[in-house]
Amino acid sequence: MQNDVLLQVEDVWLQRPGAEVLRGVDLTVGRGEVHALLGLNGSGKTSLALTLMGATGYRPERGRILFEGQDITNLSVTERARLGLTLAWQEPARFEGLPTADYLALGMKKPTRERIEEALAAVALSPPAYLSRTVNSALSGGERKRIELAAVYAMQPRLAVLDEPDSGVDVLCIGDIMVLIRRMASEGTSVLLITHRDEMAEVADKASLICGGAVVNTGTPAEVREYFAQRCRPHGDRLGSQPWGVEAGGTYQRVVAEGVCSE
Amino acid sequence: MLQQRDPAWAREFEAILQAYERAGGRPDVLQTPRVASAVISGNQVLAVNLVEGVSIEAQEMESGVRARIVVAPDTVVEYPVHLCFGMIPSEGLQEIISEFEIGERAEVGFLAHCTFPNAVDLKHVMDARIRVGSGATMRYSEAHYHGSTGGIEVLPTTHAQVDEGGRLESEFSLVHGRVGRLDIQFEVDVDAGGTVELTAKAYGSAEDEINVNEVVRLNGEGARGLTKTRAAVRDRAISKVYTTAEGNAPGAVGHMDCTEIVRGKAVARNVPVVVVRDDRARVTHEAAIGSVSKKELETLMARGLDEDDAVDIIIRGMLA
Repeated sequence: MQNDVLLQVEDVWLQRPGAEVLRGVDLTVGRGEVHALLGLNGSGKTSLALTLMGATGYRPERGRILFEGQDITNLSVTERARLGLTLAWQEPARFEGLPTADYLALGMKKPTRERIEEALAAVALSPPAYLSRTVNSALSGGERKRIELAAVYAMQPRLAVLDEPDSGVDVLCIGDIMVLIRRMASEGTSVLLITHRDEMAEVADKASLICGGAVVNTGTPAEVREYFAQRCRPHGDRLGSQPWGVEAGGTYQRVVAEGVCSE
Repeated sequence: MLQQRDPAWAREFEAILQAYERAGGRPDVLQTPRVASAVISGNQVLAVNLVEGVSIEAQEMESGVRARIVVAPDTVVEYPVHLCFGMIPSEGLQEIISEFEIGERAEVGFLAHCTFPNAVDLKHVMDARIRVGSGATMRYSEAHYHGSTGGIEVLPTTHAQVDEGGRLESEFSLVHGRVGRLDIQFEVDVDAGGTVELTAKAYGSAEDEINVNEVVRLNGEGARGLTKTRAAVRDRAISKVYTTAEGNAPGAVGHMDCTEIVRGKAVARNVPVVVVRDDRARVTHEAAIGSVSKKELETLMARGLDEDDAVDIIIRGMLA
């Protein structure tokens, strides 16, 4: 493995009850890189995020995941986190009785009030208003998402997997999130940005397109957008889960052969 | 009764204050003149401080203390009355027999800390009678600290009466140190327009046993009642929560809410009993018993916490 590679996903297959949701994912994220993973609903983005984090029920039956050259495929969530990998959940959990400041401090090696306040400010939340607020259901979905991002930022991981950080937050906040992602990269955190908005991919150095549980294209964000525009088309018989298809060719041949999408 | 200039009194007072602090109390408040307070160690009344409108009469008994606390009608007590109960020895019996009389339209809070830091074979019995007068409000919060051996039985029994338009809020918390055996018995009758809220929180481990038995009788028109129980048990601990709410009058509204978390070989049980004697009353209940949420757990593990620490944070948050 090259020294500039932080995360390498090799031929990862994942079976979930009733469906094979990952079908041979190959993906590489470099050190200091912001890598956007684009794909429509049901394409396998969140399943891949949970697989990378090692969540219960998301252990691949084939393939391996290398982090800093170490095979982490069978490590626990905690072990992966201690190596420097973390995840901002698409729908973050809520915690009764846990103040925001304490929640942010949990992942920090040396928690300081300054860093906690800096992290809240980075997601456009006023520290005086939020430090002592409980991370429970009294928060709106958007507030909770921002706190999740702040917690990941405060943690300063080697790799942050951000699962749709733009969903559920107001449009005005999306710019703040994009700035935060670049800030994380400038401070040494690589980011795997999972999104279905191609405008979010503008902050990325590289992008990959996932369809039917496999990465079908990787390149610059512009190249991946172009690929999507030129080669993907409406897919009437799979509406609701995969409402588009890709013309056969290149890396996509295999997916077509699996019958995930038709030509 | 020990006298305040007696060296034995000073030693006992110092020891109980240290234990009080471990239970979450602030010892300096117990020596603040504008805060009503009582400090009781074993069967000794070590200190009592009164403020205008609040009287505390305490008598020492062979194995405890009998206390009568009266708040005069129309008195609004600015700072919560601080109560410190405890025993420093590892063995023995402490009985607290108390009577609370809250006068009409009075408003008062109580902050009680019960501390038994060295308990090995110790029993703490509380028998309280509470009367909240018409339009009065009483808030009572009791936190326990029991040390690490579990050799303690805590047996609080309360009979309360909330008069018309009165309000009683009671919170019991035993989340630090071992529980030992806890058996809460609480009965309350609520008159028209009155409100009662009972909250009990406990965290049991090893062979601890938690029993909560609460009965709320909503007897008057528009009376309202809520019981909220939060219990967590791990290892081989047992939690049994029995709550009864009776809607006995028009417009009475009651609700019972119980959440219990179970880990290891622990066992949790919740039995809500709903009794409605008037077709214009409404009583509801909800209960959730199970392990901690997988998503909450893995969120904290993704920050680098190991599973046990993550579970502990989730449980302590629920019990906060």
